[in-house]
Amino acid sequence: MHLEEFAEGKSILHNLDPRVKIIVFVVFSIFCVLAPGVKLPLFFLFYSLALLFIARPNTKAFISRLAMANLFIGIVWIFIPLSYKGNTYLALGSMNVSQEGIQYAVSITLKSNAVIIGTIALISTSSAFRLAHAMLHLKVPKKLIILFFLFYRYITVVHEEYLTIKRAILLRGFVPRTDIHTYRTFAYMVGGLLIKSYERAEEIYKAMLCRGFGGSFPLLDHFRMGHRDALFLLLSILTFFAFWMKS
Amino acid sequence: MHISEGILSPKILLAGAVLSAGGVVLGLKKLKNEDIPKAAVLSSAFFVASLIHVPLGPASCHLVLNGLNGILLGWTAFPCILLSLALQAVLFQFGGLTTIGVNSFSMAMPAVISYYLFRTLTHKGKKLAFLAGFLAGSLALLMAALFVGLALVETEKSFSPMVGAFILMNFPISLVEGVISGFVILYLKKVKPEMLT
Repeated sequence: MHLEEFAEGKSILHNLDPRVKIIVFVVFSIFCVLAPGVKLPLFFLFYSLALLFIARPNTKAFISRLAMANLFIGIVWIFIPLSYKGNTYLALGSMNVSQEGIQYAVSITLKSNAVIIGTIALISTSSAFRLAHAMLHLKVPKKLIILFFLFYRYITVVHEEYLTIKRAILLRGFVPRTDIHTYRTFAYMVGGLLIKSYERAEEIYKAMLCRGFGGSFPLLDHFRMGHRDALFLLLSILTFFAFWMKS
Repeated sequence: MHISEGILSPKILLAGAVLSAGGVVLGLKKLKNEDIPKAAVLSSAFFVASLIHVPLGPASCHLVLNGLNGILLGWTAFPCILLSLALQAVLFQFGGLTTIGVNSFSMAMPAVISYYLFRTLTHKGKKLAFLAGFLAGSLALLMAALFVGLALVETEKSFSPMVGAFILMNFPISLVEGVISGFVILYLKKVKPEMLT
């Protein structure tokens, strides 16, 4: 499983302190969610596009993710201009396309893409483990972080087991259809995965106890906030305020 | 079933975040240190299971299994589902980080409700256990769709026709979820009954 596509890179954004990136992202998304109208969301989209230009993620992966995320926005575009009450912009037979409806759909589209691109540029450019480590510094409960650590660590392991079971089922000539036999087979697959995971977890806990687990993992490497991080934090927050003042 | 970024109103986002935070705190409180690995690796299994696509007539749907998740994990479903959704938002941009409160609540609250309604029923005979799994699976999915729909309609009334279509679409999917959850419960009962006690 290739999971952290966007975290593989060498840009300035990839190397910033993840704690700073998380704080900037939180402020950015709060401003963006609260932004009314069209102009302000557009400014925030420019900001995230600028970050994207710095981060330079894999183009193919980026476009496919963005297209996927805009699928829902597409559905909104089909429904909202027709059902939103407001001044008629265009009459199609008995249906009215309202001006306010279009404005609302544009606003949603801008905000949505701004936050998604912001997520890719700021959050997805750090590895999941570094993000979890940063969350620990940002006072997220330790238990949640340990839970995340083991959960993420074992996804690839469980996925391997899934592939093994799937291969065995295919070798026996299984063809998925819409019938009870298919659903029962999928259920037994899931059941098998759950039991294997449950048994593995027992072994994991024993191994953790052998290594002296007492409710936390020792941390070996530490973040250091440098001039670059401070500058990025300052510039970003100032930009957000400037956007807000301008509109 | 994840609402993407930029759509919901700040009020709804805040409500979702507060409700989810409450559920997560409660779930973590109930989670003993010795049960952390179980909750974590079971969540990995649910994450992998959600990648499985099941045929449904000419289309296909991916498994959600939040009802089953609730029966096995109880209140711990809250932190586990939150982490799963956070990971999907960061790695695949499914759902989103600003909507994580609303999305986690819509999936995890039905999971917890299934836990209270159907967990003891799984200890009964085979038929009742299957029924418990079926109801947990299908109702949890429908409740999740309902919560998501509610969040959209509360944001903007004109979402109503879209939400109506969305909930209708979830009925056939809920049957598939129900049947599969029912069979999973039977399988666990036969092979590893201590997972359900």
